Amino acid sequence: MSDEKKLAIIATKGTLDWAYPPFILASTAAALGYETEIFFTFYGLNLLKKRLDLQVTSIGNPGMPMPMPMPVLLQALPGMQGMMTTMMKKKMKSKGVASLEDLRELCKEADVKMVACQMTVDLFDMNPSDFIDGVEYGGAATFFEFAGESDICLYI
Amino acid sequence: MANFDQELDASGLNCPLPILRAKKTLSGMESDQVLRIVATDPGSVKDFEAFARQTGNELLESGEEGGKFVFLIKKA
Repeated sequence: MSDEKKLAIIATKGTLDWAYPPFILASTAAALGYETEIFFTFYGLNLLKKRLDLQVTSIGNPGMPMPMPMPVLLQALPGMQGMMTTMMKKKMKSKGVASLEDLRELCKEADVKMVACQMTVDLFDMNPSDFIDGVEYGGAATFFEFAGESDICLYI
Repeated sequence: MANFDQELDASGLNCPLPILRAKKTLSGMESDQVLRIVATDPGSVKDFEAFARQTGNELLESGEEGGKFVFLIKKA
């Protein structure tokens, strides 16, 4: 048995903002010497797609900083989500925040294990050929085999 | 400032990239060699202290130079 610390993460969200925590924490943990596994389930499966097309929205998220105060009904207009996504990406780039593609690649380079939840892949009729290479498939029991031995377990 | 064997410019990069780049550069270096890192992310000051404590690589120096943060890390 190795004395390496272990980090287990469950990634459940499929938006641009919430895609960051799992990849930031996993890549950093790997750099610190943790053996790391991310279990992607439900909307988190979107983070595994080769072509990441994640969006961000202020709807239902009053905490999101806005350039100007805007009534919720206006925020719901067609095109607003695309505009917010573009603005968020621009802001991140200008502040030197890594792209999700880069962070995910860093995770792969650091041997972070990525497991897709088989049940939700089937539920949403997702095509594994849309996912990046190296993804493994498993269920709850697969997750617990690793998580049960982990030092840190996060549900994101 | 003391001698170093390799230098990494992490200017303009934000968390966690300076740490990840440093880790990657260190893994290509020999034991006892020193890496100099230049960063602009204020969070990197605490992060490099934590990185050193957890990885066993020694943080020889941490300071500011011309508005940038400079670190010297000796590979374990």
